[in-house]
Amino acid sequence: MRKMSAVNVAALVLGLAFLYIPIAVLVIYSFNASRLVAVWGGWSTRWYAELFNDAPLIDAAVTSLRVALASATAATILGTLAALALARFGRFRGRLPFAAMIYAPLVMPEVITGLSLLLLFVAIAVDRGFWTVAVAHTTMAMCFATVIVQSRLADFDTSLEEAAMDLGAPPLRTFVSVTLPLIVPAIVAAWMLAFALSLDDLVIASFTTGPGTTTLPIRIYSEVRLGVKPEMNAMCSIMVGVVGAAVIIASLFVKLTGSRGAAGR
Amino acid sequence: MKRRQPGSSWRRFAIGFPYAWLVAFFLAPFLIVLKISLSQTAIAQPPYTPVLDLAAGWRGVTDFFNGLSFENYGLLGSDPLYLLSYVKSIEIAAFSTLMLLVVGLPIAYAIARTPRRWQAIFVLLVALPFWTSLLIRIYSWMNILQREGPLNDLLMGLGIVKEPPAWLATDTAIYIGVVYSYLPFMVLPLYASLEKLDESLLEAAADLGCPRWKIFWLVTLPLSSSGILAGVLLCFIPIVGEFVIPDLLGGSQSPMIGQTIWTEFFGNKDWPAASAVAVVLVFLLVTPIVIYQHQAMRVAERD
Repeated sequence: MRKMSAVNVAALVLGLAFLYIPIAVLVIYSFNASRLVAVWGGWSTRWYAELFNDAPLIDAAVTSLRVALASATAATILGTLAALALARFGRFRGRLPFAAMIYAPLVMPEVITGLSLLLLFVAIAVDRGFWTVAVAHTTMAMCFATVIVQSRLADFDTSLEEAAMDLGAPPLRTFVSVTLPLIVPAIVAAWMLAFALSLDDLVIASFTTGPGTTTLPIRIYSEVRLGVKPEMNAMCSIMVGVVGAAVIIASLFVKLTGSRGAAGR
Repeated sequence: MKRRQPGSSWRRFAIGFPYAWLVAFFLAPFLIVLKISLSQTAIAQPPYTPVLDLAAGWRGVTDFFNGLSFENYGLLGSDPLYLLSYVKSIEIAAFSTLMLLVVGLPIAYAIARTPRRWQAIFVLLVALPFWTSLLIRIYSWMNILQREGPLNDLLMGLGIVKEPPAWLATDTAIYIGVVYSYLPFMVLPLYASLEKLDESLLEAAADLGCPRWKIFWLVTLPLSSSGILAGVLLCFIPIVGEFVIPDLLGGSQSPMIGQTIWTEFFGNKDWPAASAVAVVLVFLLVTPIVIYQHQAMRVAERD
């Protein structure tokens, strides 16, 4: 018996409208010809054209993509290892503090993560820039990656791995030829989440960056904090489009590879 | 699970590498924050004293410990600015978590009642906005809420208001932004527990003549309490430390705690004060998590 009442339908429709109308408004306004954002001046793509002349913005976008690529890759490797340690290695000395350090950053306010990493970088006197932001994002994202891969590892039992080991495969070999193929969808999902988190982050990047390294969110933030700008509407619409397409393609990919529950959050 | 010893170098690597990373980039930084919160502001690089001088040997270590003080924590108590921003953060987090629950529950419930093959699509639709940048989603509300924006156009068009009200730089705007941004965090855990609900229990209650609202109140809600708790924590804790939402949508007269840390750090360059504010915030946030863990363990023992 699965009947939807009128109340259920209304809740669903209103809820989705609430989630999507602001994004739709943003996209519509990005095509507004008028410089005054509030005044509708007809359809136009002039703000998209102007984006390509905004060299600092393009620089920031390239920096962000590079940081996201580096940190998502590192975070996925670290997160997969950590998930394996938590889900497959049973008890080991220091497991509890390890688990605590995995879960704590998930709820740690970004302001504090950023502040503490900056103070570390100052204390060890490294030049801040691309690599410090990448390290900071790796640390934040690896915990999310761990959770995703770990839930996938918990989804299937250990009998396949044990069979491989009983037949004499060493642990590393077992991981590469048995475990890894099974958790690929989760690893892809983890990488994408880490990438999105890095691309999205303003606060941690603001703390850990140095002169000369500006990420896209830092750039957008400095542009919009004093008010709405049409170029930023166009920039944000592009980002929404790219991320939306990527997530939908990834979900289809996960679905087509016949796995379930890997897309996680 | 039995393990053989020969492959223990792989095992050591899989544990050791992420472990070392977290100690270096999560634990150590936090200890540094703790240390600097006990230091004094100085016009120097780095802008605080004492600095641990290991080159000076034992003398350096004792000087270091003698130089520490709880002065910054005293400052937190004496300057109402700090107290007010803690109170404001908790107030906003508490009320918006409540609103999220009220808004999120019907949505999660409705998704759980759609035909099973559609559920994955609705879950994706709810989760999708979370993947786009928070900054962008908040910025989209700046478009809507501006004085000549579409919301005021609509309200004026419908004749609900005569003068366009100012939405930006108010707490109302912060609440809208927070509820909007955190809705997926509330709906998804609620859905996860509602979806597991045994429908025969609801049918039994209905067969015995229980009205629908009462079934919801007496059966559905208690059975989904784990999802409710998860959703509440997942929303409340990060909202307390939120920076982007209050900074872009809220006013500047009464900042939330994340903004206070940001201003102390970037504006006033008072690193020790910023660190002390951060340490207190961490302890404030750890408390509900410890309580939650404790509860979860009690439930686990009971079962």
